[in-house]
Amino acid sequence: MTTTQPGTVHPAEPPASGEDRAAPAWRRIAAQASFETRAILRNGEQLLVTIVLPVLVLVGLVRTSFLDLDTQGWSRVDFVTPGVLALAVMSTAFTSQAIATAFDRRNGVLRLLATTPLGRGGLLAGKVLGVLAVEVVQVVVIAGVALALGWRPALAGLPAVVGVTLLGTAAFTALALLLAGTLRAEGVLAVANLLLVLLLVGGGVLLPAGELAAPLAHLAVLLPSGALGEAMRGALLEGTVPAFSVVVLLGWTAALGWGASKLFRWH
Amino acid sequence: MPASPALEVRGLVKRYDGRAVVDHLDLVARPGAVTAVLGPNGAGKTTTVECCEGLRAPDAGTVRVLGLDPVADARRLRPRVGVMLQDGGLPTGVRALEMLRHVASMYARPRDVAELSARLGLDSFARTTVRRLSGGQRQRLALAAAVVGRPEVVFLDEPSAGMDPQSRRAVWDLVRELRADGVAIVLTTHLMDEAQDLADLVHVVDHGRVIASGTVADLLADGGDAADAPATVLVEATPGLETEPLAKALAALPHAAAQPGGAAKPGSPVPDAGDAPPADTSPWSVVAGADGTYTVTGPVDPRAVEAVAAWLADQGVLARSVTTGRGTGRTLEDVFLDLTGRHLR
Repeated sequence: MTTTQPGTVHPAEPPASGEDRAAPAWRRIAAQASFETRAILRNGEQLLVTIVLPVLVLVGLVRTSFLDLDTQGWSRVDFVTPGVLALAVMSTAFTSQAIATAFDRRNGVLRLLATTPLGRGGLLAGKVLGVLAVEVVQVVVIAGVALALGWRPALAGLPAVVGVTLLGTAAFTALALLLAGTLRAEGVLAVANLLLVLLLVGGGVLLPAGELAAPLAHLAVLLPSGALGEAMRGALLEGTVPAFSVVVLLGWTAALGWGASKLFRWH
Repeated sequence: MPASPALEVRGLVKRYDGRAVVDHLDLVARPGAVTAVLGPNGAGKTTTVECCEGLRAPDAGTVRVLGLDPVADARRLRPRVGVMLQDGGLPTGVRALEMLRHVASMYARPRDVAELSARLGLDSFARTTVRRLSGGQRQRLALAAAVVGRPEVVFLDEPSAGMDPQSRRAVWDLVRELRADGVAIVLTTHLMDEAQDLADLVHVVDHGRVIASGTVADLLADGGDAADAPATVLVEATPGLETEPLAKALAALPHAAAQPGGAAKPGSPVPDAGDAPPADTSPWSVVAGADGTYTVTGPVDPRAVEAVAAWLADQGVLARSVTTGRGTGRTLEDVFLDLTGRHLR
């Protein structure tokens, strides 16, 4: 075999090592986070599920009485808002992220970005930060509407809300990646929306698990949705987070995270 | 002195569900050269480049890009390697230039996005979302994303798929410029003209193996059975010429095969057609193509070309071209089909 050698020139800027040719890690991750956030906030369907749906649920439950709520002595808005915040976390960390990742996976976006200096780790970090950024927007909008409706949260519980949000985000992002990395994009679209509706109705998110029918009541507290809802209500109503809910969320995060890391397929 | 290889693949094996898609494949690519991995669909081209890009881990064999392992040394390698995936890998919801800027932001000293975008004609759709781009526009954007980080090695998987001729020109020009800058370019393709026009080195891949390697000239000269191919004179003229007189004139030539070197006696006249031996013993064949090409096959020598010219003069026709050679008209496509077979897959 013969080969031609059309020159042995080297690129104009020969690198000592590869890594200094990449932008610093924090800048790559920040760029990815901002890219993800903009993609979600610009997408009509994503906005519908992450912002419009929780706000509609909040206003609907507070301002109408078609659902006869046992508010256990709290005002309707105080009783409902923590659950709506939990719903908001689920819609962004789970439904929206699962769908976005599934289509990015199908379109080869994940693989392409994994070949840039961002890498797989940076991509994941960027996604998680993007989810958190969208959640900040959600909290501002939902809390704004709730305050306008007369919401009086337990101020002592606010720091705990941050922790609960992070934990819920971790559990539901892991579930999102597990689905997005194993099913076809169209399947993820269907399953992610269906699961959100099922958990919304029977998962103990909006209303305490105890208000559900008997078998569901026991099941819902063990679901990540029920645990997140209970933790939010504990923090914002009483100012304390029930330890049981934290343990349940930690368990789900560990299990789903393990599953996603084992089963996620990039191709 | 040859530069050390930018890419070296040795004994690469990759199996899906126990079936070897890449089966002990070897290939080399050098800096400042375009290396084409040419093969039919399903030959294992994409899997091979995905192993080189660190997207898949080999089941056996070694892959070294710039002397590094694409999986183990990914962090050090990624900033030096540019990738254009076959399916583009572009998120559909963002605007074209926004995507390019985003990829550029991953590098410390990226190429100037405005310059690159003008170079590849991205400006006309800079603010269009990727979803609404044509196939060719997406391909150009994906190429821009592959080179924006000033890579030393670029992998292009089917870069011309879905491109119009203008886009293809722009892409090829950029590839040649990268080559002149010393970049190693590895492209997979099943387009013969792409490999023939661009590649310094071609690896023909089929069933997960390299079945032929060399420059395009090498492959054309001795790929397949070309060395045994009979000599020909290829005439491009007008359709419908009478070939019988030519066949007779050729048959009447001194039998070149009987004279090693193939040279007829200088100055010997072209014999009269009446003296010609019976046609079935003639070593010559003249085949007319519908498009006005005539392929004269036999012991070609200067007298034969003279006979062809005399025949054309008798017919009052000026040929567009008269070419002699062994396997004249043979293209990379012929070599490729000889090597990989003609059945559909």
